[in-house]
Amino acid sequence: MTQQIVLYPLLLQLLLSIVLMFCWRKISWQRVISIVGGVINIAVSAWLFYHIWENGTQIVQAGNWKAPFGIIFVGDTLSATLVLLTALSGVAVSTFSSASVVAARLKFGYFPIFHFLLLGLNGAFLTGDIFNLYVWFEIIIISSFVLITLGGEKAQLEGAVKYFTLNILASMIFLTAIAVLYGLTGSLNMADLSMKVAAIENRGLVEITAILFLIAFGIKAAVFPLYFWLPDSYHTPPSAVSAIFGGLLTKVGVYALIRVFTLIFVGDLFLQNILLAMAVLTLISGGLGALVQNNLRKVFSYLIICHIGYMIAGLGLFTKLAISGTIFYLIHDIIVKTNLFMVSGLAYRIRGTNSMRALGGLYAEYPKISLLIAIPLFSLVGIPPLSGFWPKLSLISAGFTAERWWVVGAIVFASLITLIIIAKVWAAIVWKDKTDFPKRLNFRYFAKLKLVRKTQMIAPVVFLSLVSLYIGFGAEHIQQVSVRVANELMDNQQYIDAVYNNNPKLNR
Amino acid sequence: MKTIILRTASTYLLPVLLLFSIFILLRGHYSPGGGFVGGLIASIAWVLHAFAKGLENTKGLIRIHPGFLMPVGLALAFLSGIAPIVAFDMPFMTGLWYPEHLPILGSLGSALFFDTGVYLVVVGVTLTIIFTITESA
Repeated sequence: MTQQIVLYPLLLQLLLSIVLMFCWRKISWQRVISIVGGVINIAVSAWLFYHIWENGTQIVQAGNWKAPFGIIFVGDTLSATLVLLTALSGVAVSTFSSASVVAARLKFGYFPIFHFLLLGLNGAFLTGDIFNLYVWFEIIIISSFVLITLGGEKAQLEGAVKYFTLNILASMIFLTAIAVLYGLTGSLNMADLSMKVAAIENRGLVEITAILFLIAFGIKAAVFPLYFWLPDSYHTPPSAVSAIFGGLLTKVGVYALIRVFTLIFVGDLFLQNILLAMAVLTLISGGLGALVQNNLRKVFSYLIICHIGYMIAGLGLFTKLAISGTIFYLIHDIIVKTNLFMVSGLAYRIRGTNSMRALGGLYAEYPKISLLIAIPLFSLVGIPPLSGFWPKLSLISAGFTAERWWVVGAIVFASLITLIIIAKVWAAIVWKDKTDFPKRLNFRYFAKLKLVRKTQMIAPVVFLSLVSLYIGFGAEHIQQVSVRVANELMDNQQYIDAVYNNNPKLNR
Repeated sequence: MKTIILRTASTYLLPVLLLFSIFILLRGHYSPGGGFVGGLIASIAWVLHAFAKGLENTKGLIRIHPGFLMPVGLALAFLSGIAPIVAFDMPFMTGLWYPEHLPILGSLGSALFFDTGVYLVVVGVTLTIIFTITESA
């Protein structure tokens, strides 16, 4: 029963998409199935997390083909944490979608594709084979491309073209990098690669391959010179779609970077310096970009880029403390960014626009909602004791220990800029007087929605805000998880041992 | 496309091509072929029929919406994948084989069901795409 547990979240998502495809025309059924399935998925993912927390890294050899020849799935603490976070954001977004996405879009298979996207995310987090990782990336891209174009508005298609071109380019580079790596080592299994790459004499070739991976994942994660597609595309689809994109898609790139640069290409000073330089520039340019935007969702898109910098900085510093900071930030960021895009969707529903100049007067009309959205906004800044504070503490002190003053400076600068931006957002949408933005005809304003739909829009924001509060106030637990993940990542022998020797029952 | 030769030929080509696609599907385990290629050949059979006789006639012959084949095929592939987990507590996708040798089919295993699932998905996807394009053109 528990032997295949690593695959259960994956299989559940696949099952859900198949069931949803059978109910292609029955939108109201799809809503219910998606939400109920999401709740079951939380339970399954929590079970997986608990199992891995208690028993250490678990593996499944698909088709019973032994590693390193078959495809294996590896669940370590990092994967399990991310799968759990995916489940939490997933259920929030499917609830939010069922109220905020219009039926015309839902009719064309929104929910099945959404669950295929979650399937791809879970697969990418759990696989232990680098080519299989590529395949999951493809599943993610194809699903996200459908989600971003669904509805076919002009702006949407324009954003989608930019999004798709650069992501396809990233996939090509990723595939090339895999080919080069396979040519060097003759293996695709990540644990096997870890040993074989370490034994290669010609470090120049290894560094080049690593750079290829860095560029491929860098485009996906939207780091400094490669991020231009993101702010141009994330504000075009419905906010529910932006929420899952903003919360999880770029983080898959970060996850892949973390995995590859802690397992396969380890301890190369040259690469660490490149990562640090990228991180510093990402922090600064993302922050400055967000400062000048007026569209709420564009502001949040630039903030995604800015905050990717924190995680890359931790990876570049490559000490136990820094990696634990990265992991903590990842956990905090997935929840908060998903929530923020849903908040922007809420603001859009209330006023009919996402322009910060036209928004305003939220506090006068909806004081409770205003207080609610204060939680994700100020968690993002990291006002203690909210969730963004703790990982920055780890990162800054790791930067001091490593005496990388530029990194520390950039982290502090980006935090300050985030504070300014969030203060601006808060003032613009909550405190400012109501503007005389004209009412749109035939627009489903929040006030006109049925109570069920209102609940479906508010409940996920409440839910994720509670998770954020837990991450802030229960920081001790999250820190415990992060430190354990950091220990596992820094000692990659543990991962290799798990792949080869663990679970003797499997080697029948 | 309305030449008498094509129209006459397509009546005979449809069953022959469909049979050939099943042959390709069945030989796929050890030889070149399999669900994907077989599915493409089957869709070619239907597309050819649609070109020669008109889309309405082909649709009348298929009866169900081809898009319906997608979830059916996925479900079949999914079930053949989880069968080892449910039945024997073996890893996902482990090949299960029926010990006896069957006539025509050869060795019967869960791989065949997976491939049949792929076949159905490919037919469903291809026909949905081509029929949609034909209708909107």
